[in-house]
Amino acid sequence: MNIEEKLSPQVKLIPPSGIRKFFDLVVATEGVISLGVGEPDFITPWHIRESSIHSLEKGQTSYTSNAGLPELREYICQYIENDFSVKYSPSNEIMVTVGASEAIDIALRSLVSQGDEVLIVEPSYVSYAPCAVLAGATPVSVPTFQKDDFKLTAEVLESRITPKSKVIIMCFPNNPTGAIMEKEDLQKIADIIKKYDLLVISDEVYAELSYGVKHVSIASLEGMKDRTILIGGLSKAFAMTGWRIGYALAHPQIIAAMLKIHQYTILCAPIMGQIAALEAMKNGKLEMEKMVEQYDQRRKLIVKGFQEIGLSCHVPKGAFYAFPNIEATGYNDELFAEELLKQSKVAVVPGSVFGQGGKGFIRCSYATSYSKISEAIERIEKFARPLINNK
Amino acid sequence: MTELQMKLLHLIEDNSKISVKEIADMLDLDVEQVAQMIKELEEDGTIVKYTAVVNWENIATERVIAMIDVKVAPKRGQGFDALAERIYRFPEVQSVYLMSGSYDLSVVVEGKNLKQVAKFVSARLSPLEDVVSTTTHFILKKYKENGVILNDKNNDQRLVVSP
Repeated sequence: MNIEEKLSPQVKLIPPSGIRKFFDLVVATEGVISLGVGEPDFITPWHIRESSIHSLEKGQTSYTSNAGLPELREYICQYIENDFSVKYSPSNEIMVTVGASEAIDIALRSLVSQGDEVLIVEPSYVSYAPCAVLAGATPVSVPTFQKDDFKLTAEVLESRITPKSKVIIMCFPNNPTGAIMEKEDLQKIADIIKKYDLLVISDEVYAELSYGVKHVSIASLEGMKDRTILIGGLSKAFAMTGWRIGYALAHPQIIAAMLKIHQYTILCAPIMGQIAALEAMKNGKLEMEKMVEQYDQRRKLIVKGFQEIGLSCHVPKGAFYAFPNIEATGYNDELFAEELLKQSKVAVVPGSVFGQGGKGFIRCSYATSYSKISEAIERIEKFARPLINNK
Repeated sequence: MTELQMKLLHLIEDNSKISVKEIADMLDLDVEQVAQMIKELEEDGTIVKYTAVVNWENIATERVIAMIDVKVAPKRGQGFDALAERIYRFPEVQSVYLMSGSYDLSVVVEGKNLKQVAKFVSARLSPLEDVVSTTTHFILKKYKENGVILNDKNNDQRLVVSP
């Protein structure tokens, strides 16, 4: 039997994850300091874990409603209203999902199909383009550049729009660049979105990890609420990646469409995770702020480190990634990452994994202790300094 | 106390081996500024000493720690301070706290064995003029000290590379 023939052509269209190959290489090397991890190094705060344990003791092990626990939906809506000034109804404008990842997948499947183009703002998280392909649509890359602090500009966006364009996916604060969009930056994008009658899937899973500026959601701009599918989650801000709790907020008809897919494929997000998320929403702010403060200090440490080595590094204002430019070494990003791992035992992720605009950069996560960051910077300096000087 | 000083103190309290350069980078300051701030905080007695949290149970050593609740009849005009001072000057005494509640001073005493601590209580502490009574509790096991879980195997269980 030829299994290959049996696989769906749609799935075959998706290239395997570029990170996978690198992952195997890192696992095979001993004594590595990894700046390649895309999740917090903090463990979920104890009060959150404890509340979930208690719920298990009480026997809360059932399904929940498809859209998620009503109380959790209320808290999330309240939180979004307080912090980002957009009002959503807990009854029909929100759903709880299995991580923000599920929300992205079902948002795309609800909106696009064969013949549609999905504009993907890159460098970006690796799942957007594959999800668009699985939905039958064609991904179109919209690059961002270091000279713009990796912000999305209206000019570049407009140049990629065709009559087939239907949805934009963007993520700010951004993984992998750490870029953010301030209100005036978003306003220009919102104008284009309205002009061409588009929708936007706004992945704001790093919203709380903004440093020195308050996060602005594109949904809060005038006339944008109905055009936005706002996606968030508990993973990053509350150090809850493994719980798999995210959410989507959108127009009732879009949520209804997404819920259709969700109820047949997922049914509901796990109740243990939802209860933990509820505790995080109710009482998690203090612990979260402590974590944000630590990320902020490490952010300054790592950026200073790269600048002193002689690698140009734009100052990331969100998430927990630095995205230095390594072209001064004469290496491309893939070779740089591979040689750095072999020679100096530091794992970073080559920027080209994250799509257009990522070439020539490496993603360095500072979700690790500052002593490890200091050690990693020392090792990178030993590796990169001679390359820069020889050039 | 400025916000920067507070941040600096938290960093040093968490890890007294942190380098001045690391603090400077993390707080967006010059190395000289940080060195000066630390010097001032040392001089005015805010930073008292740099120490390590040691898990003595890891090595076979004889060591007994007792927490002693001390009830006091304070002298007129002197309050608890005079007696506290007489107690904390004994080198066996690790800590002394004035407490609210059913007793007054909490005294932590360290000795080589039970007998030594008992002798300290009966020969030194109880005979003090203002001490009304003492209750001695021996510590059997330490789980967490100064905010540090002593036997915490905090393994990083994350995937080494993830998107």
